Amino acid sequence: METLEIAKVKQESKKTTPISGSVAVLEAFLAEGVDTVFGYPGGAIMPIYDALYDYKEKLKHILVRHEQGAIHAAQGFARVSGRSGVVFATSGPGATNLVTGLADAMIDSTPVVCITGQVFAHLLGTDAFQETDVINITTPVTKWNYQVTDANEIPHVLAKAFYIAGSGRPGPVLIDITKNAQLQLFNYEGYTKCEHIRSYRPKPIVRKKYIEEAALLINNAERPFVIFGQGVILGKAEKEFKQFIEKAGIPAAWTIMGMSAIPTDHPLGVGMLGMHGNYGPNVLTNECDVLIAVGMRFDDRVTGRLDKYARQAKVIHLDIDPAEIDKNVKADVPVWGDCKETLPLLTKLVAQKVYPQWLQKFKDYQQKEEEKVIHDELNPTSEVLTMGEVIKTLNELTNGNAVIVTDVGQHQMVACRYAKFNQSKSNITSGGLGTMGYALPAAIGAAYGDPSRTTVAIIGDGGFQMTLQELGTIMQFKPKVKIIILNNQFLGMVRQWQQLFHEKRYSFVDITSPDFVQVAKGFGIPGKSISKREFLKSSVEEMLRHDGSYLLEIMVGKENNVFPMVPQGRGVAECVLSKEEI
Amino acid sequence: MNKQEYTITVYTENQVGLLNRIAIIFSRRKINIESLNTSPTEVDSVHRFTIVISEYEDVVRKLCRQIEKQVEVLKAYYNTENEIVWQELALYKVPTDVIATEVKVERLLRENGAHTVVIRKDYTVFAVAGHREETEALIKVLEPYGLIEFVRSARVAIIKGSSGFHERLKEFEQKEPGEEAIENEFLDKNQEVFSM
Repeated sequence: METLEIAKVKQESKKTTPISGSVAVLEAFLAEGVDTVFGYPGGAIMPIYDALYDYKEKLKHILVRHEQGAIHAAQGFARVSGRSGVVFATSGPGATNLVTGLADAMIDSTPVVCITGQVFAHLLGTDAFQETDVINITTPVTKWNYQVTDANEIPHVLAKAFYIAGSGRPGPVLIDITKNAQLQLFNYEGYTKCEHIRSYRPKPIVRKKYIEEAALLINNAERPFVIFGQGVILGKAEKEFKQFIEKAGIPAAWTIMGMSAIPTDHPLGVGMLGMHGNYGPNVLTNECDVLIAVGMRFDDRVTGRLDKYARQAKVIHLDIDPAEIDKNVKADVPVWGDCKETLPLLTKLVAQKVYPQWLQKFKDYQQKEEEKVIHDELNPTSEVLTMGEVIKTLNELTNGNAVIVTDVGQHQMVACRYAKFNQSKSNITSGGLGTMGYALPAAIGAAYGDPSRTTVAIIGDGGFQMTLQELGTIMQFKPKVKIIILNNQFLGMVRQWQQLFHEKRYSFVDITSPDFVQVAKGFGIPGKSISKREFLKSSVEEMLRHDGSYLLEIMVGKENNVFPMVPQGRGVAECVLSKEEI
Repeated sequence: MNKQEYTITVYTENQVGLLNRIAIIFSRRKINIESLNTSPTEVDSVHRFTIVISEYEDVVRKLCRQIEKQVEVLKAYYNTENEIVWQELALYKVPTDVIATEVKVERLLRENGAHTVVIRKDYTVFAVAGHREETEALIKVLEPYGLIEFVRSARVAIIKGSSGFHERLKEFEQKEPGEEAIENEFLDKNQEVFSM
């Protein structure tokens, strides 16, 4: 039946037209500068894969082992390269496997374009084999989605897809193409990039009035504080941001997503915000008089209890997405716009200043945190290794030049707390959605995103087991991914919460792992497992020196906790440094 | 501030799936849509949603921003009852023999501004256009006379202070629009019509 259908469609369109919908998809990719696609074939996307056969020279296709791996890889690619990641998946289960990645990309504003195959248009709604209502399943987790049933639509729909994914506040776009449209031949009139959609405003005209109001507040401030997020990186405004804080002399703290936008050792960089962020920036949020938020969205993990968050401060909020302004924290001065444009305007109007006493306060808190937490985490006297010292060793050996991809949990918090970065787009992690299993596939994508950099994936023993099938992708395509598994034999973050808030009732957090080194070996990836401090440096060195992927399992303390911590339901000023304080 | 009835007017492209995109903005936040109408507008190719909900203004404002964030949405407005002119249409089916015998019913219908849509041997259908209280009051009146069926349409509303969408759309179609087309409520608090 399907063969007949294919023949029919081919015959019908042959009379008039030169290229198929499938070829049009690939031509669109080339026109958009796509060189790498992550995907997995299947029945409903076979015509596109058939066309891909002739584009092997121009488009690198990475065959993942699960569609979730494809989209996380595309996310990692996008985050490191600053370009949209591209995914192919088939209909039904292929498409539903993308949902977690779409949700992750949506909440973390990652530009991804997914192409899913769909059953023939005439079969839509008949419960055909591998038919799922992908458009409706993915509507809440896409910036835009669209179903193509006629090949004529493909060039302009793809142009729209890339434009929407990458402009304004970026996000994932899914295009569902029915099989008949992939096969259909049509008159191709070339590809024109989309530059304007009348109902879509990626960014507004900046209103000078608000820039002036913001500058006035900043210039009269005594204790101004800048908090910034991924908007700085997505807006490619790292330079503009640095100039702004340096001229205004304002201490700046990053969210987990904004990390690496300025070098971590920048003199005005005072650390990470949030539940497991640094002590000073959390506590002093409630002491500043003007809070300048740049490209961040006041996530609950950053603010803690909202009614105890920065009530004393005047808030200036720079964001490209108007829906973010006033969403969680009321802005006194909304500066709606692209920070690449608004920051230089603001820099022009702010006075050159320094706040030595105010900055000293951050240093005092830093000192306190150093004494109570950091020193022991990085220089432990315990017999077992800590996660912190692993990150410290990695910092020393990579000089802060590596791309670090983390999964979700304790290791993620420790890595983000202690990793050093010299350049932007270096900290790749699942921030908003907290997707365990993100790191391994995202690291594969990151390695393709910038092959010139060292990519290190830091993963927990739990998260690694969620997507370890992607070792097969590494085996086959050989991206150079250095994998560090920080194994504490627990689902550590949940265990920490059970210890602190559930009377140590360890409910199903005790996770057994396979012999990871043997598993890697099965995939042709060399590896090693260590549990002693004396082997730490040499093993990390060996991993980094190895020309290719490598898996290093490091056994760490079983019941170590991540501190400081802003316990859920408390204000940022109630940040604690140890479990005794909870 | 109390919860209050708001009428949300959304100007959109005519696109399959957009209804769902808009509807889930409400359902995700567990907000019930009391009435929803889709309609063409005075501008070819532009569609209009009229949505009624009861919520706090702060929530409604945020909802409108989320709606306006959708790629195919041109503009979203929210208004309280005194800022709009609105109507709902109700249909009532009653047994014809009662109408024929009970003169009172006929008078009641006339008093309520109802008109007859169809008269059959066994039943008659009346229509009333008006505010909710009016259409609801007539149910009570007709019940004793054997009201067989009642149905009411979604609300349609016109914003008193609006000058239509023609001019707006021209701005949207330009690549570099003026500030008007992309203004935002929080950036322009003085507007008579709340516009997002």
